[in-house]
Amino acid sequence: MEASDSEEEDLASYGTSLEPLLEGQRIKKPVPLQEQTVKDEKGRYKRFHGAFSGGFSAGYFNTVGSKEGWAPSTFVSSRQKRADKRVLGPEDFMDEEDLGEYGIAPKEITTTEDFASKHKDRIKEKARQIAEVASSIPGATALGDLISPAKITIGVELLRKMGWKEGQGVGPRVKRKPRKQKSDPEVKVYGCALPPDGSEDEEDEYQPENVTFAPKDVMPVDLTPKENVHGLGYKGLDPTKALFGVSGGGDFSLFTDGSENTSNLLGDLRPSKGRKLGISGQAFGVGAMEEEDEDIYATETLSKYDTVLKDEEPGDCLYGWTAPKQYKNKKEVEKEVRYIGKILDGFCLASKSSAPKKTYLPPELPRDYRPVHYFRPVITARNENPFLLQALVESTGKLETDTPQESRHTLNASQRRELLGETALEGPSPSVLEYLSGKDRERIKEVKQAAEQQMKIQTFSQQSVNRSSSSDGAHHKWQMVLGGQIAIPGSSDFKPFAKNPEKQKRYEDYIESLKQGQKVDTQESRSDPGMTEWERGREREEFFKAAVLYKSSNSILSSRFTRAKYEDDTDKVEVPRDQETDIDDKESAVKMKMFGKLTRDKFEWHPEKLLCKRFNVPDPYSDSSIVGLPKVKRDKYSVFNFLTLSESSTTTVTQTTEKMPQNINPNKPKKPSRWDVSDKEKKRKDSISEFISLARSKVENQQQLPESTKEEARNRTKEPLTNKVVNESTDQEEEEESRPSMDLFKAIFASSSDEKSSSSSSEEDSDEEVHQPTSAVPDSESGSHANPPDTSVSEVQENMAVTNEPDFVPPLLKEELNKGEEFGPKLPPVFFSKTTQKPESVLLSSSPEVNKKEKHKKNKEKYKAKREHKHKKEKVRKKKHKKHRHKGKHKNKKSEKSSSSDTADSSDSLSDVEKITNLSPQEFLQRLKCLPARKQ
Amino acid sequence: MAFPEPKPQKTELPKKLVQTLECKQGAVRAVRFNVDGNYCLTCGSDKSLKLWNPHKGTVLKTYSGHGYEVLDAAGSFDNSQLCSCGADKTVVLWDVATGQVIRKFRGHAGKVNCVQFNEEATVILSGSIDSSIRCWDCRSRRPEPIQILDEAKDGVSSLKVSDHEILSGSVDGHVRRYDLRAGELCSDYVGSPVTSVCFSKDGQCTLAASLDSTLRLLDKDTGEMLGEYTGHKNTAYKLDCCLSEKDTHVGSCSEDGKVYFWDLVEGSLTLSLPVSRGVVQSLSFHPSEPGLLTATEGHVWFWREESHEAQEPTLGC
Repeated sequence: MEASDSEEEDLASYGTSLEPLLEGQRIKKPVPLQEQTVKDEKGRYKRFHGAFSGGFSAGYFNTVGSKEGWAPSTFVSSRQKRADKRVLGPEDFMDEEDLGEYGIAPKEITTTEDFASKHKDRIKEKARQIAEVASSIPGATALGDLISPAKITIGVELLRKMGWKEGQGVGPRVKRKPRKQKSDPEVKVYGCALPPDGSEDEEDEYQPENVTFAPKDVMPVDLTPKENVHGLGYKGLDPTKALFGVSGGGDFSLFTDGSENTSNLLGDLRPSKGRKLGISGQAFGVGAMEEEDEDIYATETLSKYDTVLKDEEPGDCLYGWTAPKQYKNKKEVEKEVRYIGKILDGFCLASKSSAPKKTYLPPELPRDYRPVHYFRPVITARNENPFLLQALVESTGKLETDTPQESRHTLNASQRRELLGETALEGPSPSVLEYLSGKDRERIKEVKQAAEQQMKIQTFSQQSVNRSSSSDGAHHKWQMVLGGQIAIPGSSDFKPFAKNPEKQKRYEDYIESLKQGQKVDTQESRSDPGMTEWERGREREEFFKAAVLYKSSNSILSSRFTRAKYEDDTDKVEVPRDQETDIDDKESAVKMKMFGKLTRDKFEWHPEKLLCKRFNVPDPYSDSSIVGLPKVKRDKYSVFNFLTLSESSTTTVTQTTEKMPQNINPNKPKKPSRWDVSDKEKKRKDSISEFISLARSKVENQQQLPESTKEEARNRTKEPLTNKVVNESTDQEEEEESRPSMDLFKAIFASSSDEKSSSSSSEEDSDEEVHQPTSAVPDSESGSHANPPDTSVSEVQENMAVTNEPDFVPPLLKEELNKGEEFGPKLPPVFFSKTTQKPESVLLSSSPEVNKKEKHKKNKEKYKAKREHKHKKEKVRKKKHKKHRHKGKHKNKKSEKSSSSDTADSSDSLSDVEKITNLSPQEFLQRLKCLPARKQ
Repeated sequence: MAFPEPKPQKTELPKKLVQTLECKQGAVRAVRFNVDGNYCLTCGSDKSLKLWNPHKGTVLKTYSGHGYEVLDAAGSFDNSQLCSCGADKTVVLWDVATGQVIRKFRGHAGKVNCVQFNEEATVILSGSIDSSIRCWDCRSRRPEPIQILDEAKDGVSSLKVSDHEILSGSVDGHVRRYDLRAGELCSDYVGSPVTSVCFSKDGQCTLAASLDSTLRLLDKDTGEMLGEYTGHKNTAYKLDCCLSEKDTHVGSCSEDGKVYFWDLVEGSLTLSLPVSRGVVQSLSFHPSEPGLLTATEGHVWFWREESHEAQEPTLGC
């Protein structure tokens, strides 16, 4: 690498520099292996014959050996020239290349093995010798430098130049004792001071203050694999060291201290202390001159070995590949017994042993203890309802005589709250009434007042009527029981009998009297005189149950729910932002063959990113996350949603009914096919579009259609519709089949926020539910009551959807049942009979629909006089058929699909058949929603 | 737009019956040329799909695996894969050579009317009577489609794909063109349920056949009608239409057993080819030569121009 510029001139450069790249020049690719060629010295290509069949030199012009082939050219009979017999060396069989610079036996001058040695000393010696030999030559030293091999790495050379010597560590010099370096070679190069050893103090050596020492060398980890069967860390006796005392140092025992081992590895020469000569160690006993004899009888125990792989022991650099150490701090033998392991730096063993852990014995079980819990039927009484208490005592005859409040489990949330001194939940028990609008509340009041008046009259007239005073005891009991429990029903809070105002009134009275602890008899005077005794008893039972029910549901409700802080967005729906233009406009444009702008709708459409990728097209809206058509939120009940969505198929029901009120069913509100536009429709269309434009401009101004106008509109739609429905039902019994389901009417009427109609049905339910006080009842009931009117509408609609769903029949199955039932353009029949010209006259027998249609077609042509009658029958059949069809349809696409598939069929000249009754409920709804618009 | 050639060669229409294929697979619901026109696929109502050499009249392979009748099929650009769809609501990707089902895409709620590969055979598009077009990914193992185009208000009867456009005809009377590059959807109202749509070869026009027995040539960009072709009969069935190999003529099946050809520019009827007595269910025009495949009942007929010799060297196999 060469320093690119002269800015740093002190950089050394090695090797030959690459030629600087010209701008715009591409870096040449290396020639791949298979394209590399070999040429001989004359520039001829050489062919490779295979490693074992001659290599590149397969003889003379790729023959082997010579011009003659295998015959050796140098063959001489050994008879004549016996004396000349040459001794052939390997070189005689070698090729030229082998003797060349890169061959296996080069004849050039190269560095031999001797010069390539690792040892510096030997190299220097050789160099010196050579220099001596060639001393006569003047440039001898220079020659010596040339010869000196470059086997020493550049790093070592650099270090040497910087003053480093082998055996030293790398780094700044430190002020330390030289002894320590030898004893603790594991100390890090960067020399963090170790805590002073006790042993150091013993050896007092002279050390001048200002002398620094090189840092210790780092001991490389010896990672040679263990190949023998000796124990871990075993080292055989090195006879050279043992006998000649080279090692010196500590004991040469089999289990020497790690640090000493490493010093041996280093091969440092320590000043030998003469007396340590010879083999010494436990196995050999103690010599006469030796002082230490404590270890003579040391036994080998397993505890001396590491049985666990531990972390690297900081003392030695062997990282665990050592034999266990013998901790020979002889003074602490007893500690060693207690604690086997190495003491961490900076820690020492505790002199005082800590107190032994206290263990606690499990408590002794009583002798008659059985590990099964036995529940006693316990009745705990609350302090608040002594009546109930009493009644229960009477009934069950068993009661725990414990004081109230003693168990915390018997407390309810409010009691606990009181005990804790917390404030009550905010939004004090919202009653259903609060959700109602003021208008509704007024209406309720009116109803109530009317009922009260009626009641007064009745009671007045019936004062004289006497009744048996045989008030049943059971009732009395209930009264007692309920006394404390019945919450004050804010008279209008909960009306289980709102359907029957008199009954409701009686119920309220009943509650009132219960609260006051009055006798039921007094209250009984108010009850309906026309009732029999049995009925009265039944009613009382009913009231009682209702009261209990209400109590629980009321408390549950008020404690669980708080007022909603934010308004729900329930009355918004997502609709495509760009609406299609009115289909009627397009229709007329098609009629006039004015294709182009009039028939074209352009939408912003966002393809999925992956789709763009697969199509190799850049994503047109790379920064948007929308997929498909962009949607916007619109008012759910806005007229415009339905106006724009509803295609021309939304006929004006009201108009037609007004025109011919007595005869609705056949032929009148004809379902328009797409391509026949009657004058009437055109007119209507104009009015609609006019209205739309007008209304849109209005909306732009005030953004929202006032609620009241919408309601008005709805109310207006209601009347003619009901009219129509009534007519229909009376007119034809068979109509029943196809009449829109009850859900539809619910959906329509409930939407007008009319409390009466919507709640009456739910009250019916609740009425029934009251009779069977199950635990599930309160929830469901509370749900229906707590709903504000708006959500109830959506709920009903949901119900409608849900009820539609299970009717779904897999299309395939259906098709198998009835092949003719198809959507859109049909597939041609499988086979035609060859004899007939008209393919449609002979069709599969399994396609009744087609048959019917064709039949109908003929009928239409031939018997136009009988048309009316025929239509009726046809219609019935169609209706049944239609029902089937609806089932198979996709839920949400329902209305659109049905309408358009109708049109497909209607091309078979069925367009004039009346289809209003066959509409799906949703479409029906849509049409109705559109009615007010037309009226305006 | 390039200028037209000063005097276009006299184009010939296929009139001469060359081959008759006895398909033996029930009614042939669709017949389709492959990408180079050397082979064709027939979709049978007996749940099978067959690969033919129509020039020789030999059946090459039968692909079985559909659960109900096969309604449409298409071949990939490299002829290595086929896709087909059927009344069993599935879209199937086949390996041509082995005849094995590579993948089955389920998700449509109704029978699948039409199927197309995109240009690189990485996506299969399928249109169904459930009024949706689903884009299935052939590259990943995802079972669900990449995107569902559910703008149609009624069943999708026909589908064509160009390099960056998806053209669909729906029973709700709209021809919808999804432009991926521009990110827009153009929907043209035709007024009658659309049975078949085609791109012209130059990519400037779309041809739409509808149940009012009319073919309409619409300008792709503006939606204006460039031509209207009538004379055939198509009021009930889903029949195909096509453009000739050089965009000179417009062809359509008919319920009266003929195939009609009109001059594209003039709109005049040039040829009515009597095929059979029954309804001509499907047709496919050769991509580069005047060759036509028509399907009626259980047969497929292969037609060539008058001057056509029996066996051309270009049409191998």
